This record gives sequence, C-alpha cells and structure tokens, in this order.
Amino acid sequence: MQGSFTGLQTGIGQPLGILDGIPIAVKDNFNTAGIETTCASNMLKGYISPYNATVVQKLLDHGAVLLGKTNLDEFAMGSGSTDGVFGPVRNPWSYSKQYKEKSVPKSHSEEESDWVITGGSSGGSAAAVSSFTCFAALGSDTGGSTRNPAAHCGVVGLKPTYGLISRHGLIPLVNSMDVPGILTRCVDDAAVLLGSLAGHDPKDSTTIQDDFKPFELPNLTDVSKLSIGIPKEYHAPGLSSEILALWSKAADLFKNAGAKVVEVSLPHTRYSIVCYHVLCTAEVASNMARFDGLEYGHRSDMKDSTESMYAATRREGFNDVVRGRILSGNYFLLKQNYEKYFVKAQKVRRLIANDFVKVFRSGVDVLLTPTTLSDAAPYTEFIQEDNRTRSAQDDILTQAANMAGLPAINVPTALSERGLPVGLQFIGRSFQEKQLLTVAKWFEKQVQFPVIELEEVKRHDNGVFQHQKSASFS
Amino acid sequence: FLNFFFFFFVRIDGFVQQKVSVEVLDHLEHLALVDFRDSEGVERLQKAIQFADQLQEVNTDGVEPMDSVLEDRCLYLREDDVTEGNCTKELLENAREKLEEYFVAPPGNIPLPKLEERETFLQGS
Repeated sequence: MQGSFTGLQTGIGQPLGILDGIPIAVKDNFNTAGIETTCASNMLKGYISPYNATVVQKLLDHGAVLLGKTNLDEFAMGSGSTDGVFGPVRNPWSYSKQYKEKSVPKSHSEEESDWVITGGSSGGSAAAVSSFTCFAALGSDTGGSTRNPAAHCGVVGLKPTYGLISRHGLIPLVNSMDVPGILTRCVDDAAVLLGSLAGHDPKDSTTIQDDFKPFELPNLTDVSKLSIGIPKEYHAPGLSSEILALWSKAADLFKNAGAKVVEVSLPHTRYSIVCYHVLCTAEVASNMARFDGLEYGHRSDMKDSTESMYAATRREGFNDVVRGRILSGNYFLLKQNYEKYFVKAQKVRRLIANDFVKVFRSGVDVLLTPTTLSDAAPYTEFIQEDNRTRSAQDDILTQAANMAGLPAINVPTALSERGLPVGLQFIGRSFQEKQLLTVAKWFEKQVQFPVIELEEVKRHDNGVFQHQKSASFS
Repeated sequence: FLNFFFFFFVRIDGFVQQKVSVEVLDHLEHLALVDFRDSEGVERLQKAIQFADQLQEVNTDGVEPMDSVLEDRCLYLREDDVTEGNCTKELLENAREKLEEYFVAPPGNIPLPKLEERETFLQGS
C-alpha cells in the first residue's frame, strides 16, 4: 500500500519522508488550506482556511495523508467532546467486546444510549486513533485536552513542552498554555510524530530557538538510575479507588525494577484549577474578540450599526460555553477586578511552576500521576452537570502541567472493572521529551495494554490484530 | 439537631455572597458584545466568580506575576524584510460582504442601545 501511495504522490518512487503514506487525522481547530475549519462552532461553519497550520504543513511535507478533521468541544472548551455543534463524540470502546462483556445485558434501545464519552476536548482525534481509522492524530492541549481523551480511549497522548511545537495556525484558546498534542497508539509512534513536528518556527515567536534533533527511543532495560516522584496532592478528592490502586501498582512496578520511587509534594496543586479558570477565561475573552463576522466566519444580517452587527453575530455564532467564558473573562479583567483576580492568578501560576522546579531540582526525573479521576462516564450521566463544572472536575490532574509548560504523556495502563481504558500520566522536565518518552516506553512495555476488540473488525479481518500487536511492540 | 443547624449555616453562606449588579452585567455585555441569554447565564457568572474567589486563600506576598513560562528566554525577532504578502484575493475569500478590496461594515460610531432600549434578558432585572 505504501508503494502505491508513493506512486500517486510523486510518480518517481521515492518516499516523501518518514510519514510517507501514513493516514493522520487533525483536530478541527487547526487551519488546513482549502479545507473547512470549524472548531465545531457555528461561528466558523463554512470557513475555508487560506493556509495550513505549520504542524499540518510539516505533516504533509513528510508525506502524511490527511484523512480528515476531527470533532471536538466548541473552540476546544470542554472535557467531554460533547459540546460541539456537530454533536458529541462516541468512545469506540463503547462498542468493544471488553465493555459489552462487563455491562448488564440490555434492550437494544438501552444499549444505544449506553455509550460512553471520549473525554475532551480532542475527543474526535482520540476516537479516530483508537478505532484504527488512522495511525496518529493531532490534538491540542490547554488544560489536558489531549491527555484526557487519550486516557479514556486507551491511546498514547503526548503534550509537548510549551514552545517546542509551533502554534501557528492553531486557533488559539489560551496563548500562554496551548500546545499541539500528539495522539498515537504507542509511544514510539509519538516519538516519530514529535520528530517531524518539533522545532523553531519563525511564524510563531513563542517557539524556542534551540536546535531540535529528532530521536529514536532507546529500549530501556535498567531503571535503577531513575527517580520517580509521586506527588501526594494528586490523590485528589473523587479519585476512583480503581485508579488509585493502579497508580500504586505502577509505583511498585518501578520500585521492584530498581528505580528510586519517592513521594513528593506540589503544595499548590489544588489551586491550579482555579488559577486556570481565571487565566483561561481572561485569555479567551481576548482571543474570541476576533470573531466579529467582518473578515471571516459567520456574519449576522443585522445592519443597524457595526457594534450591533458584532453583537448579533456573536450571539448567533457562539454556544453557551464560549459565551460564558467570554463574559467571565471580561469580568476578571475589569479594572476593579484586575489585581484581585487576573494578577493574583498570574502570581499563583508562578507558585505552581515553582513547585515543579523545586521537585525536579531535588533529583526527581519524572513524575507519575493518574490522568483522570475515573474511567469514561456514560454520555447521559456526563451531561447532567454543566461544562464548567465538568471541566473543573476533569482537568484537575492534567492542568498543572500546562500551567508550568511541562511535557506530559498519558500511557494507557489497564482496563477498568467496566472494561474501559484507564491511563497514567508521566510529567517530565522542560524540553526533556526524550527522557520522558523513554520512561513511558518502558512502562508501556511492562503493562501490555490490551488491544480494543471491535466486533465488526474482528469478524472481517483477523490479520488486523497481528498487525496491531506488532505496532505496540515496535 | 446539630446536622440541621450546620445545613442552615451553609445555606446562609450562599445568600451572603455578593451578587453582581445589573450595571456591571450590562457593562460586561457592552465590553464583550456577548449577551447573558437567560438567568442561567447570569448564574453561570456568579458561580464562576465564587469559584475564582478561592484564589484569595493563597499567600502571594512578594511573588511576581508570571506572564509566560518562557520568560527567561529572549523572544525571536526576525529581520524586518517583506517575505510574504500579495494574498488579497485569499483574504477576501472568506468575507461575506465586500466591495472591490474592502470589507464592508455597517455604519460605525453608533453605540449599542442602552439597557432599556435593547432586547436583553437583563431588562427584566
């Protein structure tokens, strides 16, 4: 198949690059030239980007095939991928043998509504990778939006260090925390994608200028020189006993293999979600101001005045979640509130970042934490609470890494009692992705996370599973 | 008896919290050019403020605000040379109303109608 793709693309028979012919999906908040980019919002329905985001361009230059744009929460605001205008994303594991075996037999209509969420906001990307429709997908990560769905869908979700990968063309949510995220089925693949995407981009002045050299991950056999930190504050209220047990087991795994496993403290962890809430809404209020209907996107028919046209356009284009964040953000940025909320949050941000610096300075190489509080919730249960409440609950374990700009990765670990994936998170030092991924790869090899058994796939092609097994070992 | 007393106290707390005044809500609608569609919208803001108030518990004496995690590095500045442009056609492609090479907007310098005169949920408050 690789050969025929190459033939179509170049007619010369030379591979275009390391990703030649590889199908990749891209989250719909990345600009893709000539292709509709909607951010799952009415505001950008019908918007055809005039340019490719740098990361998309890099993928194409390396020969990747863009399979499609994936669904998300509107403007990447949410932790369930349930609030976009195209509807919610269903977790492929809802249809797996592993999940069905564990659920109480139901009537067909009950089964239909029994499906679980993917997590968010890069739910579409995670589902795409998890269901074998592509080999890798791009997501974005502002508060955990790549790692959260990766955990719920049983795939590897990498959040690189802030400043490593270009954000040019990624429709911004929070400029100081956004990063493009990488979703793949194994850690080696994530390293390959990272190699193709990382590096300075003159079009994004927040990318660092250091030379980036793509790397291959070594097969770690001796972990005795490794120091793993277990932050005690990540035993957050609401953490399921299952995940707590898994986390503990993982720590033991490292200890028994000879690594140094220490309990550490990140004292400001519980304020990170509050801090995020303020900084995120403030930056959102600013970033969403560009949507006025004049140069692109939805435009209202209101003609009375520029301001009333803007107001009507934004009223029609944004959903409740987006509007809520814009209004909250504007509130925190009011002159009378600026010091009390926005500047205060910036100070707390420094405290959070310093917590990590202190821990890494004490000799810890990598932190091990849970990624989510529980396995994926059924959709009908998830929507009982509003978006802001859910985000505050679900982002709690992933958010601090964005505050401090650190790299973090979700590695699928085991199946829960309900037959759904649960992942664990590793947080590394700034720009030390090689070390982080090496540890993650070792862990992945130890846990041997099971392949999803999608019944339809199993019926038609047994060969798929052999192939998948080798992918997770490569 | 004690349980009931505790519950009663918690409920009192909820009412004591300052509500955002209609003037401020109106001001926000003007600044953001986005409206509180219904009471849920206003309630959402109230809850958001309540949530953010937790920040006051943290002692930040002597701490400098952090703008960016890359604050220790120099920002990349490129040479002041024109490297791209001439894409007028592409840029105009996505605009709904244009004339020759202009984006067309409705008349400006007309402020948004006052609270009493415009259609907004806040009017009832």
